[in-house]
Amino acid sequence: MSPTPVSPIFGRFTLEALPIHEPILVVTFAVVALGGIAVLGAITYFRLWGYLWREWFTTVDHKRIGIMYMVLGIIMLLRGFADAIMMRLQQAIAFGGSEGYLPAHHYDQVFSAHGVIMIFFVAMPLVTGLMNFVVPLQIGARDVSFPFLNNFSFWMTVSGAVIVMMSLFVGEFARTGWLAYPPLSGIIYSPDVGVDYYIWALQVAGVGTLLSGINLICTIVKMRAPGMTMMKMPVFTWTSLCTNVLIVAAFPILTAVLSLLALDRYVGTNFFTNDLGGNPMMYVNLIWIWGHPEVYILILPAFGIFSEVVSTFAGKRLFGYTSMVYATVVITILSYLVWLHHFFTMGSGASVNSFFGITTMIISIPTGAKMFNWLFTMYRGRIRFELPMMWTLAFMLTFVIGGMTGVLLAVPPADFVLHNSLFLVAHFHNVIIGGVLFGLFAGIAFWFPKAFGFKLDPFWGKMSFWFWVIGFYFAFMPLYVLGLMGVTRRLRVFDDPSLQIWFVLAGFGAFLIFLGILSFLIQIAVSIRNREKLRDFTGDPWDARTLEWATSSPPPAYNFAFTPIVHDNDAWWDMKKHGYQRPLEGFKPIHMPRNTPAGVFLAGLSMVLAVALIWYVWWLAAISFVALLATAIGHTFNNNRDFHIPAEEVVQTEGERTRLLAGHAGA
Amino acid sequence: MFTKSALRRFRIFALLPLALLLSACNFVVLNPSGHVAAQERDLVVISTILMLIIIIPVMALTILFAWRYRHSNKSARYEPDWEHSTHLELVIWSAPLLIIICLGALTWMGTHLLDPYRAIGPGKSVHPSAGNAVPLDVEVVALDWKWLFIYPQYGVASLNELAAPVDRPINFRITSSSVMNSFYIPALAGQIYAMPGMQTKLHAIINEAGEYQGFSANYSGSGFSGMHFAFHGLDDAGFESWIGTLKASADQLGRGEYTALEQPSENVPVRRYGSVDADLFKAILNRCVTPGKMCMNDMMAIDAKGGLGLAGIPNLMPVSYDQFARSGAVLGPARSYVAAICTPEDSTAAGIAGPVTPALIGTTPILGSGLPLPSFMLNPRSTTSAIDPLPQPSNT
Repeated sequence: MSPTPVSPIFGRFTLEALPIHEPILVVTFAVVALGGIAVLGAITYFRLWGYLWREWFTTVDHKRIGIMYMVLGIIMLLRGFADAIMMRLQQAIAFGGSEGYLPAHHYDQVFSAHGVIMIFFVAMPLVTGLMNFVVPLQIGARDVSFPFLNNFSFWMTVSGAVIVMMSLFVGEFARTGWLAYPPLSGIIYSPDVGVDYYIWALQVAGVGTLLSGINLICTIVKMRAPGMTMMKMPVFTWTSLCTNVLIVAAFPILTAVLSLLALDRYVGTNFFTNDLGGNPMMYVNLIWIWGHPEVYILILPAFGIFSEVVSTFAGKRLFGYTSMVYATVVITILSYLVWLHHFFTMGSGASVNSFFGITTMIISIPTGAKMFNWLFTMYRGRIRFELPMMWTLAFMLTFVIGGMTGVLLAVPPADFVLHNSLFLVAHFHNVIIGGVLFGLFAGIAFWFPKAFGFKLDPFWGKMSFWFWVIGFYFAFMPLYVLGLMGVTRRLRVFDDPSLQIWFVLAGFGAFLIFLGILSFLIQIAVSIRNREKLRDFTGDPWDARTLEWATSSPPPAYNFAFTPIVHDNDAWWDMKKHGYQRPLEGFKPIHMPRNTPAGVFLAGLSMVLAVALIWYVWWLAAISFVALLATAIGHTFNNNRDFHIPAEEVVQTEGERTRLLAGHAGA
Repeated sequence: MFTKSALRRFRIFALLPLALLLSACNFVVLNPSGHVAAQERDLVVISTILMLIIIIPVMALTILFAWRYRHSNKSARYEPDWEHSTHLELVIWSAPLLIIICLGALTWMGTHLLDPYRAIGPGKSVHPSAGNAVPLDVEVVALDWKWLFIYPQYGVASLNELAAPVDRPINFRITSSSVMNSFYIPALAGQIYAMPGMQTKLHAIINEAGEYQGFSANYSGSGFSGMHFAFHGLDDAGFESWIGTLKASADQLGRGEYTALEQPSENVPVRRYGSVDADLFKAILNRCVTPGKMCMNDMMAIDAKGGLGLAGIPNLMPVSYDQFARSGAVLGPARSYVAAICTPEDSTAAGIAGPVTPALIGTTPILGSGLPLPSFMLNPRSTTSAIDPLPQPSNT
């Protein structure tokens, strides 16, 4: 196969790149296009463009950006899950000489895209979204440290997601697995656009993630309410701080390693090639030095959510706050000392393998301590089994299994027989679904009333909960079994007919999870329809403990009319206990950041640049790069960045809240 | 009531189909046929049991506490401000710590004992009857997308089929021709990566005759699913006759045949080679099967001596042959390779017979005063060389 010639105008894009000969993709495209046209049509019909642009797309309000992150994560969850169910179907039918319905060229893209999307464009936006929404409220701040940067970060993440989605219909995605190990991902073995889509999508989104990490660190360190010392911060804020420290320390490594891979692919350097001194093992090391902290970037905020939820619904202070904080910090540090456990089978010496195996096991000590702390928070509590608490209990029961198999895989000789098997696949889904995703669902159910002013419908929430939890066990326990039968991952067809039943069971589990996702969407729709019935007038629907519940639901743009003063870990609980009275007068104008479209433009230009580089359209790359620089420099001359919310407006907003509270005092 | 409790008594039988399902399966990882894999299985089982000591109480307590302290149970104690107990904190940190200390010790020992690079010699770790057998050498090459096995002691090779005599240690040396793979026979021993330009080693032994599955356990491209082979554990006579069938094959595997074989192909049937180029594996490993390409070991040796200097710059040739026949980076220079400076053919043509052994001059390593000799120099066999051993402390 000779390489496609590069046209000076279209680069290597030809009409061949459109997958008109692949019926599955054509149908998908038709459905997505119809859905897209319907949404765009509805926005136009209801004249929402101006509203969306002014109030949402250009917003610098951390709450709205947080909500947009969540919307992005949920949309991408649908895409990532579509990939998952395609894999389950393929593996359930490709037996006894059947090739299944996906050719290798398509199947290999599906599992690569599934991993990339679920980590980078589902878990990361959902986690970042929750942190963005909750952290400033929890520390009594009016916004994040760098509100414009926040908007820019969000749109960079969106651009990355759009680039990945584009690969579905224009060209192809990587066929290398989600970490794109060279030499397979090098230009010799992957000459097509797939790996370039992978590289540039992650580079663009990575900028967003890194900047939002810096932003949240500054926010937490510099913007806490008076009296909130580090050891009085809510646990979710602590875990967010640690996560963002991890992001800032780890994402540059990803950027660097992908840049080196890009140099190999574009200008013929030999960092990771087979010949002329290149060494693919360096890539594997570097990507996991980012990749292992990444796992903790996802799980730590989930731990924080569970801590908030447990103490709220047990009606009790969190047991062992101090040890919880130290456990989080220890996990943060240790997460940098374990990366090699992802490739014990590369042939490092026994001492090196033992070192990394044992450091990995040591992480389970603080994690175990956290588990006990939640347990003893429930002890002598009054537990209300609302939806967030149900997710927390499901997490506690599920995550310990995943933790156990994880420590098992940390024993190098055990890893030799289980590495890359479906046992491994089951393990990391066990901790990511059972830990991160359950945590996110707990967090969504917990903070949804704060964000929108009404609770989520409990019936559909419980449907979603049970479908998810049972579906998870059906989908992944068979994979543990298959792993013990020596079945490896990423296989497309199978010979041994005795394996089929397990794949069918796993496929059934995936179907249950599908019902879980469907129930979740129905839950949101039903809740919006019944919002008057589910309305939260108090701002504190769960009788909760931290500062975000001190303000109204949804909070006003300025969050707090007066910055609260903190005396205790559970600041709001403490205020309630001591008979806190809302101040009703003395309001002053509030200084706020002004919305700006610069983030949308910068991210849009970055996306054009990335697409131009993917397709070798050099003229477009040059133009968009210059435009990107010009826009960035131009934005620095924009001095119209802030405004004051007049005192009268604050008085009016707070007055409305006073009337609401009075009107529902008895209810 | 009677029927209900009777039903409850038999509820366990509802699990019967599941048990049947499980028993019908071949849990090769839990029931392997090789000594190394069996020890690895033991570690899996022991670690799991160790961890269950703490996991099961945690799960039970989670359910117990959730039930006992439910909101509707007003008889349970409610202490909303109880948040600390030093004793309890000690327990919750030390219980996992103790388990991890045990597991860590187990890991350290297990990892060293089961290091794939550790040869299986006579001793406790080997099946008794393996005592005197000379280990079987097998050179493994992961190709796109098939496995090549070379038996240097027999001068034969097989494709997508591997055999070894029961109870005889096997020394695998593993590399790859293009991308990363992982060489894995679950019944025999744990896996290890096969990487281009690099050699990994695996030492194993098969203790039961039978036919087992081997495959690549690391995704390597479109033909990955078909990249599996049969591994035969044979008795000595069976192995001899199997080698006989290889020797009887008229197919030969030289550099030219290898170059053709190296081209990507999927679901390749078993092929046998009656004779193999003796240097083939070395050439594959050093990425110099194509004539005229400098071998990596030569390149490293030259570089270790300080390199070729400016003379090294023009010593590049454009790539004409490539496994995928694809060009390189779009903005980069044309792909090139480093030309061999001197090939065995050259030396033959120049009339030099046999390998040239230059005289060693001053190879004694520089030692700091009082530093002992490195252990390899204390080996009696190496004392026959020109190196004079330094005087040893009197007590040895």
